[in-house]
Amino acid sequence: MSRDPAKLIYAKSHEWADVVQDGNDQFATVGISAFAIEQLTDLVYMDLPKVGQQVTAGEEFGEVESVKAVSPLYSPVDGEVVEVHDELPDRLDDLKTDPYDFGWIIKIKLSAAPPADLLDFPSYQQQCAEAG
Amino acid sequence: MTGYLFHTDEDRRQMLAAIGADSIDEIIDAQVPADVRLDRPLRIADGLDEMSLEAMMRQLAAKNASAASHLCFLGGGAYDHFIPAAVDEIASRGEYYTSYTPYQAEVSQGNLQVMFEYETLVTQLTGLGVSNASLYDGGSAMVEAVLMAFAAGGKRHKVVTSDAVHPEYRQTLDTYLESISAEAVVVSSDAAGSSADSATSAGVIEQIDDSTACVVIQHPNFFGRLEDVEAIAEAAHRAGALLIQIFDPVSLGLLKRPGDLGVDIAVAEGQCLGNPLNFGGPYLGIMACREVLIRRLPGRIAGQTTDRRGNRCWVLTLQTREQHIRRDKATSNICSNQTLLALRATVHLSLLGPQGLRETAEHCVRKAAYARDRLATNPRLRIAHPGPVFKEFVVRDIEGDVAELMQSGLDQGILAGVPLGPWYPELDDCFLVAVTEKRTREEIDRLTAAFAASLAAV
Amino acid sequence: MRNTQATQLIFELSRPGRRATVLPPLDLPVPAASELLPAEQCATEPPQIPELAEGDVVRHFVNLSTLNMSVDTHFYPLGSCTMKYNPKRNERLASLPGFAAIHPLQSAESIPGLLQVLYELQEMLAEISGLPGVSLQPAAGAHGELTALMVAAAYFRDRDEPRRVVLTADSAHGTNPASAAMVGYQTRTVKSRSDGLVDIEDLKAKLDGNVAVFMLTNPYTLGLFDSQIREITSLVHQAGGLIYLDGANMNAILGIARPGDFGADLMHYNPHKTFSGPHGGGGPGAGPICVRDFLAPYLPQPIVVREGDEYRLQTGSPTSIGRVRSFFGNVGVLVRAYLYIRTYGGPGLKRVSEDAVLGANYLLSRVKHILDVPHGDRCMHEFVASAAKLKKRQGLSAMDLAKRILDFGFHAPTVYFPLVVDEAVMVEPTETESKETLDAFAEALFRITDEAADLAHNAPHTTRISRPDDVTASRRPVVRWVPEKGDH
Repeated sequence: MSRDPAKLIYAKSHEWADVVQDGNDQFATVGISAFAIEQLTDLVYMDLPKVGQQVTAGEEFGEVESVKAVSPLYSPVDGEVVEVHDELPDRLDDLKTDPYDFGWIIKIKLSAAPPADLLDFPSYQQQCAEAG
Repeated sequence: MTGYLFHTDEDRRQMLAAIGADSIDEIIDAQVPADVRLDRPLRIADGLDEMSLEAMMRQLAAKNASAASHLCFLGGGAYDHFIPAAVDEIASRGEYYTSYTPYQAEVSQGNLQVMFEYETLVTQLTGLGVSNASLYDGGSAMVEAVLMAFAAGGKRHKVVTSDAVHPEYRQTLDTYLESISAEAVVVSSDAAGSSADSATSAGVIEQIDDSTACVVIQHPNFFGRLEDVEAIAEAAHRAGALLIQIFDPVSLGLLKRPGDLGVDIAVAEGQCLGNPLNFGGPYLGIMACREVLIRRLPGRIAGQTTDRRGNRCWVLTLQTREQHIRRDKATSNICSNQTLLALRATVHLSLLGPQGLRETAEHCVRKAAYARDRLATNPRLRIAHPGPVFKEFVVRDIEGDVAELMQSGLDQGILAGVPLGPWYPELDDCFLVAVTEKRTREEIDRLTAAFAASLAAV
Repeated sequence: MRNTQATQLIFELSRPGRRATVLPPLDLPVPAASELLPAEQCATEPPQIPELAEGDVVRHFVNLSTLNMSVDTHFYPLGSCTMKYNPKRNERLASLPGFAAIHPLQSAESIPGLLQVLYELQEMLAEISGLPGVSLQPAAGAHGELTALMVAAAYFRDRDEPRRVVLTADSAHGTNPASAAMVGYQTRTVKSRSDGLVDIEDLKAKLDGNVAVFMLTNPYTLGLFDSQIREITSLVHQAGGLIYLDGANMNAILGIARPGDFGADLMHYNPHKTFSGPHGGGGPGAGPICVRDFLAPYLPQPIVVREGDEYRLQTGSPTSIGRVRSFFGNVGVLVRAYLYIRTYGGPGLKRVSEDAVLGANYLLSRVKHILDVPHGDRCMHEFVASAAKLKKRQGLSAMDLAKRILDFGFHAPTVYFPLVVDEAVMVEPTETESKETLDAFAEALFRITDEAADLAHNAPHTTRISRPDDVTASRRPVVRWVPEKGDH
């Protein structure tokens, strides 16, 4: 199954979230956008949270490094980390070629509805166009 | 004018013309406001030509006693070990000492390869997986190791150590801990010397709990004695704490490696590896750790890679740990490393080789044992600790006048020992004697005779 | 002509049984170490380090040295690093055994000559800075910064002022915020204006009763002297804060302006830069600090004091922050700084800065028509150009310029620092380079901008290696040599 970037929601800090309802709970799969990965150039290292860790919208949950830069990863939503893509740090080239499917980073069980300031795809594209 | 300037008046005239300025003052005045310009000459004596400078410095140097003019039995973290001629010869090449941090790897392969060889030698010596390219000195290396352990330890806020760790290292740690909410528990060693074997291990183990981020142990310790590092490692790890060992590189000619004892971070003063005493610096901070801690390691690290043509080469690597990228979140604020001193250590270890290092350690142990036996024959002196020591040991003066003994040594051309009173009031009647491979039997006998003479004088 | 056999790793050159060091015979009436030390403490094998003959060692390291550029061999205009000539007499004199063989725990009475040198150095550093309290203890510039911030923190603790914030300039060196974090301060960044000077309005907005220290560099990283310095320092003082001056750029203002006179309360020197080091391939340095009289009681100890004709090491001040390292300081580096200052004397030091300013402005005037210099055509001791236009127009980045200039026999300028300038190229020629060298460097830059860009993209061409793969080095770090299978 292939994830469609046009159907995801985005943080201004370039993380995407795919939010799904499961019974009474909401879960978000989180990754970083193709645009952000392009900007970061060659990735060399990724520091990920552990399952069970609480995350807060707008706050750091991990880091990604290129040779000469460190970029924090910000959570787009509030909740608890329920799954971590442990394989990812060893396959950073695959993250680059496939950021929306293979490149998922964590899954979060939401403790609150996604914040209202997350962007839909057209708004996010516009933000990238202005930055580029 | 004395100095190293190039420009002739004609050069200056042409350069100003190209700039389009009438004078250098005009350039400076355009930027530096008149009210902050110094309106008088600096009150520093006029410059000296090379001959006058040399004459003055030779006179000043001649006023100092040193390990060159006197027989040196001083230790306490800096030692009069032998430095082979090849060390000085190589380190005095301008290509090494007038170069800088290898920002351009293509024109710094010499320094980078030396750093990589140094790092490998340190891992071979310590039995740990990774070493940085050096820190300022042994004391600040210990502090950096503790800060590293705090960063790795989450909310743990306690460091357990012993008073048999170098007192100046502990003072340095206290200064750093003042700024962060952390606590150092210092276990009192058996300084008075009633037990024969390990010094502080039991007391240290007792203090380890689940708030302990790390334990810092010196082995051989400040008094030259051996600690039970393996037992401490086990206790530390059981509590989820890291063990930091301050080691003596020369001792690893004989003693087990920190990595084999269960140590997580090993630090050392590398002065003993081919570096001059220099009244305390510049020295060499050695630091190695287990591989899992690599991203918390402070300082520069050289790593191996290949270039665009496939040639093996070396670069500075894992730089995102460092201040120039991570700024306030860096593993440390350290920006430099002691490359020139690490070069000296690398050359020195290459010359020693495994046999040379083992024999140097053998000389230290046996000569210290001989000195201890000889000094024990003096009725005024007592050996404070009966157990095994590496290259230094504590001597008690039953007259309690250490200053007089030291002065009498100095009068006879001997730097006889380090008084312990300034750091340990309870050891006011004690001093530390260090014996390196450089001391001969005859020189040790001279020390013994000097103290015997002072006995006769009492 | 390269000897590639000798520059294999020492571990690959090693052969079992080879050795260099031989110790004298050991004739003592004591047992062997194996009997003196407990067996459980001893390793069963000798350490696993390489086995080499002395000839191996010397040829290896001498050949390696030739793979470095250095001040002795090349023009090294690395901005913010002050790569000036390193006087040979300083090497000889600092190595006299009467200095270099002094043990750190010798009594003060046994070393009057050294203490006189260190005392006079304290006095000279105080005079040059206009700040009377001096500590020679810190081991490097960043260490001096950290020490000075600890001094400031101790001062505020004493006054019961719990200030928690350090301001840094956006063009500042990364050590500034890193040092502040180590002392437990939060950092706030003060912006620069488009002309490079501190944005006073932004400073005012960020200044409050919680600010302990504003760390600034003046002349700052862009090589400009901030003409608003008085206003900046008095604003901070009015808010009860202190001014820390990063002394990295002192080479521009020796005898011209004194930090103490323009409002700095604390500063560090980089003697390995300003007072001719040498840099030692990345160290050692030293980082002595100077402070105002009211901060002097907090300095680390010992400090050298003079009583009549005697020099003493003073310790025991209850307000001192304590030690920041073991022993006195990087004395070998400090003695060289002393020799440097004594060689030039007061008027000579001013000439040093004037010629450093002249050289930088001359080079700036020669290259500004090909390399954009966004902050005007005057500077102090260094200038920051931008390759941004060259990159857009010809595809030549700052990195390309840096790599290609190596082929012409020059070390590269600092690139991509400071962060506030896009494609930054930071050039510091220093006072110890001739007009001919500066001309040759400018002409090499002209050539590079005239050549096909591909030449620069693949540069350097004349060095043993070219464009190492940093990505693989960081992804899969190889930080020590491991024997391949089949090696002994």
